[in-house]
Amino acid sequence: MGTRSALWSFANKFFTCGVIGVYVSDRFVGVAPVRGSSMSPTLNPGTTSLMGLAIDDYVLVEKRCLQNYKFSHGDVVVFSSPSNHKERHIKRITALPGEWIGTRHSYDVLKIPEGHCWVEGDNSSSSLDSRSFGPIPLGLVQGRVTHIAWPPQRIGAVEKRTPQDTISSS
Amino acid sequence: MRLLNYLGQWRSVAKEAKDLTVTVAKFMGLLHVTDAYLCSSTLVYGPSMLPTLNISGDVLLSEHVSHRFGKVGAGDLVLVRSPNDPRKIVTKRILGMEGDQVTFFVDPKHSDRSQTTVVPKGHVWIQGDNIYSSFDSRTYGAVPYGLIQGKVFCRVWPPDGFGSLD
Repeated sequence: MGTRSALWSFANKFFTCGVIGVYVSDRFVGVAPVRGSSMSPTLNPGTTSLMGLAIDDYVLVEKRCLQNYKFSHGDVVVFSSPSNHKERHIKRITALPGEWIGTRHSYDVLKIPEGHCWVEGDNSSSSLDSRSFGPIPLGLVQGRVTHIAWPPQRIGAVEKRTPQDTISSS
Repeated sequence: MRLLNYLGQWRSVAKEAKDLTVTVAKFMGLLHVTDAYLCSSTLVYGPSMLPTLNISGDVLLSEHVSHRFGKVGAGDLVLVRSPNDPRKIVTKRILGMEGDQVTFFVDPKHSDRSQTTVVPKGHVWIQGDNIYSSFDSRTYGAVPYGLIQGKVFCRVWPPDGFGSLD
């Protein structure tokens, strides 16, 4: 009888922690790993390593911004890929709805449609971003990256940065 | 002695407060998990889904399990976050999954011109049942699968329309 009640109380605690954890990570703040070097040098600069192995950065993802989908230039966001909903990407917003963006490869300027945004990686040489798949709907955004949480020597805020090559008008 | 008594009293109050907080947090968490991962109700209105849904407003039950496993297909009624305004959620019917060929009337009110496109990878083609008054993939193109929020399976209000939808 004793083991059974202990088991029950353990299961109850486990369930409570799980439910509250999911609630907090969906509504307030969650943690996500960063894969790949598309956001280097802001994230995953490739300099932190443990015995020759590079460690991935872990970042805090704030979810409060999903209440009203208000973003500003230079925000680093997590979004699910428009071509594969199971993949998540981390990129920087460089243009918001109604603005004009000039792409480096073509000499066109493109107007961002209503409810969309233009995302680019900081490391433009190895980044799959809006330059290949175009503007993405803001509804795909899952959260905003605010801090680096791990590894310990890199803990700190992720700063907003505005690139210079956008042409803005409104 | 009096101090000990006092401390004990405070301790019991603190314990009670802690228990209450845990209960409230658990309740909120359960509510959130049910709402976001299992099943939720939505009030929808507007002319775009006539005659399946009324113009004046229906309360629908939607489940949030099958789209996470990729189990939604052509013909399903889905809740989709609008690509034009992320704060809005619209109800539409999926007409084509990725790789499907979709033929649609560009402007059914004024002409019979139809157009055929292929839905790109990772996207779905959504359209309202009332093609004359619906703002959907015919205007903004196929939408990414990641915008799907749930699959509608049942109508609970008005009472005479109660039942499953498909």
